[in-house]
Amino acid sequence: MHRIILTRLAQGVLTLLLASIIIFGATEILPGDVAEAILGQSRTEEALATLREEMGLNRPAIVRYFDWLGGMVQGDLGTSLATKRPVADMIESRMWNTLRLALLAAAISVPLSLALGLWSAMRAGGRVDKTLAMTTLALIAVPEFFIGLILMKVFAVELKWLSASANTRPYFDFWQNARALALPVATLSFAVLAHMMRMTRSSVINIFTSPYMEMAALKGLPKRRLVVLHALPNALSPILTVIALNLSYMVSGVIIVETVFGVPGLTRLLVDGVTLRDIPLIQACAMIFGAVYILLNLLADVLSIMANPRLRYPK
Amino acid sequence: MSDATEFAKPRASVFAGLRLTRTAIFAGGILLFWLVLALFGPWIAPHGEADIISTKTFAPIGEGGWLGTDKLGRDVFSRLIYGVRTTLLLALVTTVISFTFGVTLGFAAAILKGWFDIVVSRIVEAFMAFPSTLLALVVIGAFGTSITVLVLTVGLVLSTSVFRVSRALGYDIGVMDFVEAARARGEGTWWILTREILPNSMAPLIAEFGLRFTFSILFLSGLSFLGLGVQEPAADWGLMVQENVGGLFLGSSAALIPAACIASLTVSMNLLVDWFQQRQQGETVLEKIDQ
Amino acid sequence: MSDILTIKNLRVEGRPPGGTYVPIVKGVSLNVAKGEVLALIGESGSGKSTISLASMGFARPGCRISGGEIWLNGRDIMKLSPHDRHALRGNEVSYVAQSAAASFNPALRIGKQVIEAPLWHGAGDAATLTATAVDLYRKLDLPNPDTVGNKFPHQVSGGQLQRLMAAMAMSCGPDLLILDEPTTALDVTTQIEVLKAFKDIIRDQGTAAIYVTHDLAVVAQVADRILVLKNGEMVEEGPTAQILHDPQHEYTRTLMAAVRPAPHLVDHVDASAAQAPVISARNITAGYGALTILSDVSVDVPAASVVGVIGESGCGKSTLARVVAGLTPLREGEIKLDGKVAAPSVKDRPRDTLKDCQIVFQMADTALNPRQRIGDILGRPLEFYQGLKGRARLDKVGELLELVDLPRSFASRFPGELSGGQKQRINLARALAADPKVILCDEVTSALDTVVAAGVIDLLKTLKDKLGVAYMFISHDLSTVASFADEVVVLYAGRVVEKGPSKAVFSPPFHPYTKLLLSSVPEMRQGWLEGVADTGEAKAASAGSVVIGAKGCPFSNRCTHVISGTCDTVAPPLRVLSDGLEIACHLPTGELPDRGL
Ligand SMILES: Nc1ncnc2c1ncn2[C@@H]1O[C@H](COP(=O)(O)OP(=O)(O)OP(=O)(O)O)[C@@H](O)[C@H]1O
Ligand code: SF4
Ligand SMILES: [Mg+2]
Repeated sequence: MHRIILTRLAQGVLTLLLASIIIFGATEILPGDVAEAILGQSRTEEALATLREEMGLNRPAIVRYFDWLGGMVQGDLGTSLATKRPVADMIESRMWNTLRLALLAAAISVPLSLALGLWSAMRAGGRVDKTLAMTTLALIAVPEFFIGLILMKVFAVELKWLSASANTRPYFDFWQNARALALPVATLSFAVLAHMMRMTRSSVINIFTSPYMEMAALKGLPKRRLVVLHALPNALSPILTVIALNLSYMVSGVIIVETVFGVPGLTRLLVDGVTLRDIPLIQACAMIFGAVYILLNLLADVLSIMANPRLRYPK
Repeated sequence: MSDATEFAKPRASVFAGLRLTRTAIFAGGILLFWLVLALFGPWIAPHGEADIISTKTFAPIGEGGWLGTDKLGRDVFSRLIYGVRTTLLLALVTTVISFTFGVTLGFAAAILKGWFDIVVSRIVEAFMAFPSTLLALVVIGAFGTSITVLVLTVGLVLSTSVFRVSRALGYDIGVMDFVEAARARGEGTWWILTREILPNSMAPLIAEFGLRFTFSILFLSGLSFLGLGVQEPAADWGLMVQENVGGLFLGSSAALIPAACIASLTVSMNLLVDWFQQRQQGETVLEKIDQ
Repeated sequence: MSDILTIKNLRVEGRPPGGTYVPIVKGVSLNVAKGEVLALIGESGSGKSTISLASMGFARPGCRISGGEIWLNGRDIMKLSPHDRHALRGNEVSYVAQSAAASFNPALRIGKQVIEAPLWHGAGDAATLTATAVDLYRKLDLPNPDTVGNKFPHQVSGGQLQRLMAAMAMSCGPDLLILDEPTTALDVTTQIEVLKAFKDIIRDQGTAAIYVTHDLAVVAQVADRILVLKNGEMVEEGPTAQILHDPQHEYTRTLMAAVRPAPHLVDHVDASAAQAPVISARNITAGYGALTILSDVSVDVPAASVVGVIGESGCGKSTLARVVAGLTPLREGEIKLDGKVAAPSVKDRPRDTLKDCQIVFQMADTALNPRQRIGDILGRPLEFYQGLKGRARLDKVGELLELVDLPRSFASRFPGELSGGQKQRINLARALAADPKVILCDEVTSALDTVVAAGVIDLLKTLKDKLGVAYMFISHDLSTVASFADEVVVLYAGRVVEKGPSKAVFSPPFHPYTKLLLSSVPEMRQGWLEGVADTGEAKAASAGSVVIGAKGCPFSNRCTHVISGTCDTVAPPLRVLSDGLEIACHLPTGELPDRGL
């Protein structure tokens, strides 16, 4: 089992490297270069050449790639083209806002989706199941900004219960914080909840087609026990994968949510970077999100390997 | 194991055995409605997509235009009708692009196997190592935003999923005995692909097309909402939401209406796909306990 | 009344996905007394499983019990609430399914699953129940009875798992035990011990039992009474001896007639050694990925003759066929088709080589493309190999259909509109369309019912005589091979252990494994089981399981004759005995086992 886990870890590192090549390749090699981006339309050939010399852009791409990668590993994320500040500093001040949103949303949506998914599976074919299936099917198809705007319209604009801006201040007390964060966290949770719930349900239902589930049912066991004790352990691996996928998918949700509710977070930074074509900033943000994604998937895989008795107890 | 002829009806068409339900009719009706608007929009719309019809911005429903005016005083109703064209056309083009790449590469990987499969799968995996929005942002950040970049990027992002589905289908069907029989006969790759595998993957591929189409709409409108997608003065639903968010606090629905339209489109599409896949689902043991 | 179970006029309906309900069981009545074993026999789809499940008030997903009374222990359980009915399962009735490997939850320890039902129904605490379970394991002759409960299902062999399933069913001390084909998924050599264990435990506990099977020989061993089913209706019912020896109904007689003849009754003309072989496979080694399945296998198929390949599941029979067909590339060795060396991969073989050697697969269902009409399925090889088009192609398709005894009108049907036996005929016709010299038949009758399978075998014989085609006939079913093959190759764990003219192979001296195989085929004679099960051979065979890639003789862990020090280290080479018989065993010729148990 340890061999398998180690192999999987190595694969993760490899994927991360490939990802870094893609990021670097897409932003550096393909269209023009950073110097052109800085100088914009008003550039002269001369100025370009000087700037390129200054920034070391004349060196081969491979050398620059390893330079950049080395910097990344040591925590040096480069200097922003737009603000001329170190990217690391810019990111640091924003990171917490995004992380807080994501963690809160995860803390709510993961247990809730598991519980709802299992409940739905237990009532398969019944009214609860059908209602939940319809609702989540619709929720999946609705754009996040629609959910966000509706929540905002109802709870912030009309009812005025909650705050439309997620900007928190250091002097806020718990309730003020809650009022500010409730809507963005709810929007984000909705976005992933439906998908996770559906996948939990279908993974469990899928297990129910196996002969061993029929066998267990014919022992006269109650549904609760069948679902939780017999089906869930076998559905664990797909469920873990889906959770990892959705947590990393939150990045897309977070981008929208931060825009709707004006959260000064990491993804806003990225979007601004994209608008201003601030290449070092884009690269750094992309690497961070990519790493999170790969890490989460890795974690899910390792957990499901450890939960598999075939691998835990070989013959 | 079975002589049970009556339980294995021929499946000449992928649509055989599908019965219309109320949900399907409802969802299909909505899609059809938007489709008609997209086709005949310019003749139906009372104003041009960029015409400013009123000095009053964010006019409420019923004032100015039918559905009010937007932040510049343009007719929301007209822009909505023009918007459905952009939205549907872009989604269609990106989905077709993603299928062209995804299906070709996916089936090729499944049939050719070996190094081709390994290389392509690895590359796709690396692409999938980013949340799709992130990937799109990086590309748009590098190339700037234009319709071409947008369409190609989203097509690329979607094609990774199409690749995975087709490759899995190719592998699953490729090991079935009837494909082995064709292989043993000496049939070439092209025959095996077009005559043996493809006809048997139609149903899942159609469902995948629907899902990708939905996703493409969501994705594009998300980018437009961030200001990175379709650019003004063109009318696009995602863009309309972005333009008019500010009006929300002034009591205007100019942002909510296009958002709701997107939702109606994607929800209907999802319902339709769900209906299409429905016949594969049966009862479970759990239900039998209660009977 | 001492009846544990009485079923009156049971009706069950089933609904195909998206369709409407159609009757599956049409008014069946039966009763089982305490300590009695009632066998339900019939072809696949006759409703055996459905009835047996209905006796616990249960219908499979997609089915429903639509009428009738089911009296268990004196009350009609269909009148109980779903909740009360569910409480009977795993308490008063318990169930043993066909495949133990699939019926144990892979994520839970065996012991936990065995005592789960009684624990839940409040029959005792975990410690006492575990102690009872260990007693059961011991009675069932399971190795390591004290620790086997701590294992996970994947850590135990198939035969043992099946016995553990019996323990699981008995652990709640049921009044009625339902066994649905409990040995069908097992190899003949493992079946005996399991069958014996079931029989003893039922007798021991005085439980009433319903035993579902399609195998008449198995029925003869375990049942007190037999109920014959066809299409969800009862055909005949009576005591075992009467049904076996004096069947009243026409259908029962057909069933009895289709039972394969016992192997040693058949006498074959020796294949003419002068014939040039159409297939000549020399020293084949092959496998998948890092796994080596076949090692050093040589087989010849003379023209216009039948070479049978026997072996149990997983011994590499299908791999052999695939290697010959070029679907799985060989690692070492050489294949000659019709005297010419054939490329290892099908891609590199010219069309006329491909044409000469055709393959027919085991699962008739999956071997036909569900989206092509029969006319196209048969027409394609005609076009591909012979360039037939249009009218000529159409005519030839019709001829082929007639050749396999199907009406010409089938050309316009889709495979889904055919029965299993008909599909297998189409498969054969497709192979014949190439006008081959030899056909590789991979378990072509295994998935068919005995009556249908007998028809297909007859067809194969007729075609051979008519067209002069040769077969490599692969099967795990010894009797079919014996009744039909001119030469036989016995495979064990990817190696040839014995081969020669079938008469020589099926008469002494035997390879120890061939001997075990022969004596394990169930006979119709009542009491046969007891005779066989107590032999040392059967006991030794059930102790070990097949090991692929063993260093010495692959059979050494299950052989009673094993010479320690030699057999487990040195692989025995094939040695030629009299009349073309070859045996791979270290035993001197005189000490090889002969007839007699
Ligand atoms: N879920 C289902 N829905 C509809 N029909 C079904 C379903 N399951 C089985 N049937 C049909 O019911 C009939 C009886 O099935 P059953 O499983 O009882 O047969 P059996 O005699 O046990 O066959 P086998 O020997 O293959 O196990 C068959 O025609 C089968 O196709
Ligand atoms: S070689 Fe040894 S172990 Fe193998 S069959 Fe002969 S006697 Fe038995
Ligand atoms: Mg059955």
